[in-house]
Amino acid sequence: MISYIIRRIAYGVLILIGVNLFTFVLFFTVNTPDDMARMNIGGKRVSPDAIEKWKVERGYDKPLLWNASAPGADKLTNTIFFDRSVQLFAFDFGSSDSGRDIGYEIRQRVGPSIAVAVPTFLLGLFVVIVFSLLLVFFRNTYLEFWGFAIAVFMMAISSLFYILIGQFLFSKLLKLVPISGFAGGTDLIVFLALPVLIGIVSRLGAEALFYRTMFLEEIGRDYVRTARAKGLSETAVLFRHVLRNALLPILTSTVAVLPLLFLGALIMESFFGIPGLGSYTIDAINAQDFAIVRSMVFVGSLLYIIGLILTDISYTVADPRIRLS
Amino acid sequence: MPKLVFLATDIVLYLLLAAMAFYAWHALRTPTLRQAWRAVASDSAAMSAAVVLGAFLLVAVLDSFHYRPRLPAAPGVAAGAPVAYSTQTLSVLDALLAGPREAREKTYSVPLGTHQYSKESMLVGGKMIRDFPRLQFGGPHLKDTGRDWIGDLVRRSAAGLAGGALAAATLWLAVAALRARGTGVGIRESLRAIRHKTTYIPWRAMLLTAAALALFVGWVAALWPWYHVFGTDQTGNDILFQAIKSVRTALVIGSLATLATLPFAIVFGILAGYYKGRVDDVIQYIYTVLSSIPSVLLIAAFVLMIQVFIDKNPQMFETGVERADVRLFLLSAILGITGWASLARLLRAETLKLTELEYVQAARAFGVSDAGIMRRHILPNVMHVVLIVAVLDFSGLVLYEAVLSYVGVGVDPSTNSFGTMINSARTELARDPLVWWNLLAAFAFMVTLVLAVQLFASAVREAFDPRSRAFRPHRAKPAAGRARGAVTEAP
Repeated sequence: MISYIIRRIAYGVLILIGVNLFTFVLFFTVNTPDDMARMNIGGKRVSPDAIEKWKVERGYDKPLLWNASAPGADKLTNTIFFDRSVQLFAFDFGSSDSGRDIGYEIRQRVGPSIAVAVPTFLLGLFVVIVFSLLLVFFRNTYLEFWGFAIAVFMMAISSLFYILIGQFLFSKLLKLVPISGFAGGTDLIVFLALPVLIGIVSRLGAEALFYRTMFLEEIGRDYVRTARAKGLSETAVLFRHVLRNALLPILTSTVAVLPLLFLGALIMESFFGIPGLGSYTIDAINAQDFAIVRSMVFVGSLLYIIGLILTDISYTVADPRIRLS
Repeated sequence: MPKLVFLATDIVLYLLLAAMAFYAWHALRTPTLRQAWRAVASDSAAMSAAVVLGAFLLVAVLDSFHYRPRLPAAPGVAAGAPVAYSTQTLSVLDALLAGPREAREKTYSVPLGTHQYSKESMLVGGKMIRDFPRLQFGGPHLKDTGRDWIGDLVRRSAAGLAGGALAAATLWLAVAALRARGTGVGIRESLRAIRHKTTYIPWRAMLLTAAALALFVGWVAALWPWYHVFGTDQTGNDILFQAIKSVRTALVIGSLATLATLPFAIVFGILAGYYKGRVDDVIQYIYTVLSSIPSVLLIAAFVLMIQVFIDKNPQMFETGVERADVRLFLLSAILGITGWASLARLLRAETLKLTELEYVQAARAFGVSDAGIMRRHILPNVMHVVLIVAVLDFSGLVLYEAVLSYVGVGVDPSTNSFGTMINSARTELARDPLVWWNLLAAFAFMVTLVLAVQLFASAVREAFDPRSRAFRPHRAKPAAGRARGAVTEAP
C-alpha cells in the first residue's frame, strides 16, 4: 500500500513537471515576452523603450533557459525558466505582472472560495441523491417521467441563465439577499445563500440523471431480488440496500473533485463578487496577467493530481476487493 | 457579380456536410448501421428533435455562403477600372433578412414596440419636450399608435398564424399522401395511421413539431417587416436577427470542436490500446497532463496566444468578418486540442478489449500488418463509441461557448453568439427599467437548440449502446401496460 502510494505520488510529480513544461512552452516560446509586453502596454504607448522597461521590471529580460553571461550555477538559475517555472514547485509564485505577490493573494482568497464551494458541494450532493432516489422510487410512473423530463430540461439551460435569473429574482425583485459581495461573520450566510442555491440548481439536472442510472444499475442486481423475495418493502430495499451500495461508487467518484473545491467556482464567484480564487483567475484572464494564469494552472493541476491519487486510495478503502498493483 | 468569400469555417462546414452525406450513404449500405439508425428513427423525441435541428441546420447553412457585394461604380471612373467590393462580408442569410438587419434604431425598444425605451429631448411644434420617440422601423405604418397598435398586431398575427397553419396542414397531407403511395394504402388510412401513432417512424410527433415551427415562422414572418419582434438591443439592432445569427456560431463551435478532437482521440486512443507498454505509457502521460490542467485556464491560455497572433498580423485579414471567423475557427480547434483526453481514454479501453478477441488474433496470425489490423479490424469496431461521445459532447460545447465568452476568451466580440448576447444581458438586468428581451431571446433559442441536440444524442446512444436502453424512463400506461412494464423491468 505505502509503496503504491509513493509510486502514485512520484507519477503525480512527473505529471506536474509535464504541465509545467507545457505551460512554459505555451507562455514563453509560442508567445515571447515582447508580445506580452506589447499586449500589456497596449495601444500607442508601445515603443522599444517601454517594452524593455516593462520586461526589466518583471524580470522577463533574462534569457529563457540558459544564461551564458552569469557566473557558475547562476547560468541555470538566473533565467526565466528557473524564476517562473521551477520556483513554482517551492510554491514561490513570484509577483504578478501588475506587481503584486501571487502567493499572498492565493492565501487570502482560498478562504472565500472554500466558503462557497464546500456548502455547494455537500448540500448539492444531498439534494441530488434525494432527487435521483425519488426518481428511482417512483419509476414507471408519471412522476418519474416528468421528473426525468424536468431534469433533461434543466440540463439544457446554461448555468449563466441560472445565475442571471436567480440574481434578478431573489436580489432585485424579492430583495431577499444582496446581489453580490462578501463579508465575514454572520453576514456570510446572507451573501452565500444565493450562490450556493444556484450552484446546486444548475448542476441538479445532469447529476441527478447520472446518479439515477447508478441506482438503476444497482437495482438490477441479485441481492436486490433476494431482498424483495424475503419480503422487504420497496422502501426498505431502496434506502437500506440500494442506497448503501450505490453510495460507494458515488462517494469514490466525488473524491476526485474534493481538492478542486479549493479553486472555487469560476463563474459563480465572479458574478457574485466573491473574492475567491475563481474570480481571481477570471480577472487575471481579462487583464491578461500571464503570471497569475500560469500560477493558477499550476495550482489547479496540482489539486487535480491530488484528487486522482485520493480516488485510487479511496477505492481500496471502500472496496477491499480492489487490489492495488 | 459579387465576390465570393470562403471563410475557414464555411469550408469545414461544407466538408462536414459532405462527410455526413457520405456517412448516410455508408450507413444505408451497412446492415448493422442501418438497424441502429432505424432504432433512432422510431424514437419520437429524437425525431421531433431532428426536425428542429434540421431547421437550425438550414439557418446555419444559409449563413455559411459568404460574399462581398459589388459596389456601384463611382461617378467619373473609367469603364475599365477594377471593380470595387464592399468591405462588408455578407451571407445569404444576411441577404434574405436584409430588412431586419438594416432596420436599426437608436437604442433599446421593447418587443413589438412602437416607441423607444428611453426618453429623448425632441422639438415638437417649436417646443422642446422630453418623450419617448417613435421608432423608425417599429410600426412605422401606424398613424395613432395608441389606438391602432393592438388591432394591427392581432390582425397581422392572425394572418401569420393562419399562413403557418396552412403550411403545416399542407405538409401533413403531403406526408400522408407520400406514405400512402409508399405503403399502398389509401390516403385516409394513412392519415389515420399517423393520427393513431401506428406508423414505425413517429410521423405524428414530427409533424406536430413541424407545425409548431411553421406557426412560429409564420407569425414572425407576418410581423417582422413591421416590428422588432424581439425588440432591439442597446445599439438598436434587432434581437431576433442576432439570435438567428447566433445559431451558426453555436453549431460551428459544437461541430468543429467535436471534429477537432477526433483525430487526436482516435489515433492516440487506438495506438495506446493496441501497442500497450511504452507507447501506452507515453500516450497516457500526455493526456493526463492535458486533462490535469483546468480546461478554462488551458483554453484561456491558448486563446490569449492566438489573439496575439491575430493582432500581430492584421494584414492577413481583409475584412472584420474574416478576422472574427479565424478566431472562431481557432477557438474550435483549441476546444478540440484540449478536449480529446476523455474520448481517447474510452477508445484505449475499448481497443484493449478488442485486441484480445479471436478475430484480431487471427488477423495477426495471417500476417496482417499492425496498421492494417488497426484500420480494418479495430477502427470500425470502435466507431460507435466515437459517434456516441461526439453527439453527447456537442451540446456541452454549445453551452461552454457561452461561459467562455463571459470569461472573455470566447468568440470575437463582433461575432453574434449566445455568449455575447447573455453577456450584454447581464448589465441589462441590472438597469432600471430592466431590459429582459435580450436574455429571453437568447434563452429561448439556446434552450431549444441544446435540448434538441440532447434528445437526439440520447436516442443515438440508446441505439448504439444497448446497455443504456435499460435506463429509459417509462410513462405509466393503463393497467395492462403497467403490468407489462413490471415484467420487462428486470433486465
